[in-house]
Amino acid sequence: MDLYAENILDHYRHPRNKLPLPAGEGRGLPVRSSEGAKAGEGVEEVTHEEVNLSCGDALTIGLSIKNDHVTGVGWEGSGCAISQAAMSLLSEELVGKSLKDIDAMKKETVYELLGVPVGPRRFKCALLCLHTLKNAVRKFRKEEVRGWSETVGG
Amino acid sequence: MVRKLTMTSAFLRRTLHSPILNLDAIRRQFPLLNQQIEGHPLVYLDSAATAQKPQAVLDRMEKFYTEENANVHRGMHVLAERATVAYEGAREVVRTFINAAHPEEIIFTKSCTESINLVAKSWGRNNLHKDDVVLLSILEHHSNIVPWLQLKEEIGIKVKWVDIDDRGQFRLDHFIDIMDDGGVCLVAITAQSNVLGTRPPLKDIITKAHEHGAVVLVDAAQSISHGATDVRALDCDFLAFSGHKLYGPDGVGVLYGKRELLQAMPPFLGGGMMIKEVRSDAFTSADLPQKFEAGTPPISEAVGLGAAIEWLGQFSWKDIEAHEQALIAAAIIELRKVNGLQILGHPVGAQNFAPVHSGCIGFTIDGIHPHDLTDILGKKGICLRAGHHCTQPLHRALGITASTRLSVGIYNTLEEIRSVPAAITAAQSTLRSAFPLR
Ligand SMILES: Cc1ncc(COP(=O)(O)O)c(C=O)c1O
Repeated sequence: MDLYAENILDHYRHPRNKLPLPAGEGRGLPVRSSEGAKAGEGVEEVTHEEVNLSCGDALTIGLSIKNDHVTGVGWEGSGCAISQAAMSLLSEELVGKSLKDIDAMKKETVYELLGVPVGPRRFKCALLCLHTLKNAVRKFRKEEVRGWSETVGG
Repeated sequence: MVRKLTMTSAFLRRTLHSPILNLDAIRRQFPLLNQQIEGHPLVYLDSAATAQKPQAVLDRMEKFYTEENANVHRGMHVLAERATVAYEGAREVVRTFINAAHPEEIIFTKSCTESINLVAKSWGRNNLHKDDVVLLSILEHHSNIVPWLQLKEEIGIKVKWVDIDDRGQFRLDHFIDIMDDGGVCLVAITAQSNVLGTRPPLKDIITKAHEHGAVVLVDAAQSISHGATDVRALDCDFLAFSGHKLYGPDGVGVLYGKRELLQAMPPFLGGGMMIKEVRSDAFTSADLPQKFEAGTPPISEAVGLGAAIEWLGQFSWKDIEAHEQALIAAAIIELRKVNGLQILGHPVGAQNFAPVHSGCIGFTIDGIHPHDLTDILGKKGICLRAGHHCTQPLHRALGITASTRLSVGIYNTLEEIRSVPAAITAAQSTLRSAFPLR
């Protein structure tokens, strides 16, 4: 099937949860949450950016986290259709998930969301979202961010 | 302006409608070109990354392995002699091709990249000191940048950069200013940009550099397949290129160096072949060129490169240049029809087409990432390259992160070039129909 399938293009053209993040990390992050709630008591926030230097794809993810669960997500980015659509698709999965659920996400999770085979040419485009997400969670836990081979497995 | 435009169209009418080379015959010699990609004829416009190989090269390499293969310069048997004759024959072909004075000025390496590294690690480490200046242009490929940045880290040399103007042309005035500031020991410069296709004025650069006592290394990776190279006329000190962009195999590159310079340089890699004598506590180096060819060299690849050069020799540079200039001129005209497309180094309103760009042009399209574009075009059999093309400083200077490149070789046709704009327009509508541009 075509990498530029209609649902991917739809997410590229109408990205979900894409918000202008404020400059600077973790400040007043505008996130959407399932309950429509603003950052309330016990809610912490983290923002993290990753770029794919080889082509200039860039993504910044912001997460609101309460009791180790994601309560809201927002992102900003630029780049090719695949990187942006994958981020949009993944962002729809996050609210309500525990950080452990995110730990368990693998590259296959993203491939399934995309629903099309991603060849070796484009896997870095497709997986930039997961790489950014995994490192956002690491940062939230005050752990060092990691390289691709550790976050998404090569 | 108007006059210029009519002259240009006259030039195009002439070149576009009178086939300069017999392209059917040429294309038949490239078996790879004769294939379909998902039902579309292959349109290979990525020769700047690597050129396809004519049957003559494939045959020569097969003959080498079926009849002559042995290690070179080792052994007295008949095959060792055949292999050595073939390998040294290739060196002589390369010498003639670039008009070097002596065969031992031709060093076989694995690539253009290794050739440049050889100069940095051998000549550079031995001749450059803290605060000495290595002068590059902003057009350079990473392989002519990183080895110098490594020396910057290692011994504290300074790396300076010559700018380009808005046409992507090397700024000779800026170069002269930097030279006159003093301290420049080496000028390392591309003969042809692998993104913009522009060619710095090498002769002027080399003359000026020599007046200041600086050594000049020319990165001929791109220029080598698009026009004559004469190292003696240029009077460059070093010149590097790869076999694979010259219709030869990958795995072989060439470093040309003036004999006195090469003789005074220490070896680069250590091992077999490069020694005269080894004792338990010391060694003496072999004479040129073996001094720089440690280990088993790329033998069949060098032989294949020799065959590629001989194959190319059946055409005149004049015809090749006229043909490729016509392709590039047509590409510029065709691409300018595409909405939102900017050709790098070719500002809107510019009227003259040739001969600013040779071999390739780079471009961007509003709202479309080069990776999406080339992925979609690739499915229609059209091969263009996307990315930063190993020229991040150039892309940064141009204010972009990535671009798309269309590059031509001797086998490309005007029909191929003309098939590109419609395919781009189709890709545009796939990517942004009903899509409010951000
Ligand atoms: C201008 C230029 N210099 C150097 C190189 C490096 O050539 P190679 O990768 O064959 O060593 C290239 C290849 O892309 C190039 O275009």
